[in-house]
Amino acid sequence: MDWGALHTILGGVNKHSTSIGKIWLTVLFIFRIMILVVAAEKVWGDEQDDFVCNTLQPGCRNVCYDHFFPISHIRLWALQLIFVSTPALLVAMHVAYRRHEKKRQFRKGDQKCDFKDIEEIRRQRFHIEGSLWWTYTSSIFFRLIFEAVFMYAFYFMYDGFRMPRLMKCNAWPCPNTVDCFVSRPTEKTVFTIFMIAVSSICILLNVAELCYLLTKFFLKRSKKAGNSKHQPNHENKEETKQNEMNELISDSCQNTVIGFSS
Amino acid sequence: MSWVFLRDLLSGVNKYSTGTGRIWVAVVFMFRLLVYVAAAENIWKREHDEFECNIKQPGCENVCFDHFFPVSHIRLWALQLIMVSTPSLLVVFHVAYRENREKHHNQKLYKNPGKIDGGLLCTYLISLILKTGLEIVFLVLFYKLYNGFKIPRLVKCDIKPCPNTVHCYISKPTEKTIFLYFLVATSCLCIVLNLAELSYLVFKYSIKYYLKRHVKKQQ
Repeated sequence: MDWGALHTILGGVNKHSTSIGKIWLTVLFIFRIMILVVAAEKVWGDEQDDFVCNTLQPGCRNVCYDHFFPISHIRLWALQLIFVSTPALLVAMHVAYRRHEKKRQFRKGDQKCDFKDIEEIRRQRFHIEGSLWWTYTSSIFFRLIFEAVFMYAFYFMYDGFRMPRLMKCNAWPCPNTVDCFVSRPTEKTVFTIFMIAVSSICILLNVAELCYLLTKFFLKRSKKAGNSKHQPNHENKEETKQNEMNELISDSCQNTVIGFSS
Repeated sequence: MSWVFLRDLLSGVNKYSTGTGRIWVAVVFMFRLLVYVAAAENIWKREHDEFECNIKQPGCENVCFDHFFPVSHIRLWALQLIMVSTPSLLVVFHVAYRENREKHHNQKLYKNPGKIDGGLLCTYLISLILKTGLEIVFLVLFYKLYNGFKIPRLVKCDIKPCPNTVHCYISKPTEKTIFLYFLVATSCLCIVLNLAELSYLVFKYSIKYYLKRHVKKQQ
């Protein structure tokens, strides 16, 4: 059980996403999850062991570390990635529910259902319309909210995105103001800035996708409104045609009846 | 043998669950299992090494750590995840039993062996009750064992061979407290989901049953 499982779950959603959604997923997996697992975890691996304070007082180091790092960067990122990936599950569940309904229709032998077999239902790609549009749009909205909240929490907790080399600590049991040195501050700053940059790109992609979906929705609506204005003339033409056909049929029927009776 | 086994088990359970049951599986995967493996395990990885007491007396640190952490939080968390996922196996076994019976008698005994009705409904309800019970048991255990869900920075220890009352400092107490609260929140969410599913199923099938009886009486 690891990020691979998440990849399997979200990979299924990929099929039903827009192009921007697919790009977002790729960025998420390659530039965030993979970087986190392959590189960032190693950089933060020895963070407490190599956090050194200029005192021999037992306990001072523990307390100072806890004071300056209430929750480690690496854990915050892991939580951010999990929360940001979760809304996609809503879409996956909605798609699964639709498939289930189609399978039920198919099994009942409903003539409305135009699939040849269950495999086709399984492989079918659903277009983002109707209720799925609402689910998809709300999932993007929640993603945006989670990204923003975590970025703000980061900024608020660590007073910016820079990792200082030296921190001054005077929490008890440290006997006085003690100098504590963080391990690999430059490397950590580089990775922090990288992760923040990729988060921002993901936010931009989500905003673009949201705008795209909303634009498409309003365009469709205005097209429908335009069509319904033209439709009465169209309907009249159809009606006259149908009336002509009905007359022809009734004439031929009468002729047949007359033929029989004679 | 690893968490992959639990993941596969839960995927199997997903097939025979109601909608709420599937949400429960998703919550367990994403917010409990994944958080445990990706984040929480590493916080508690070196808890013993980083546990420091203000004394040089050999053995004092070991004894104090053992006194304050009889079973580590992370191990309790892992046990909770395993115990809470296991009752769903009852449903899987019952469906397998039904399918076996059909094969044995070589005829269709059930309209759909995976449909939740009759005996399978009872099994499903029992599994829900067991899941909820186990969640509550573990939460109470956490609370009683560690006197709440907050991890202190400092604990005072005076067990032999410590010569007097010694100050011992726990590593990363704030981070551990945050993740413990997260554990409690997700457990409570799972309890709520289980209770909602239980009430929904009981309500649905009692209505069905009373309607059937009413129709029979009329006939």
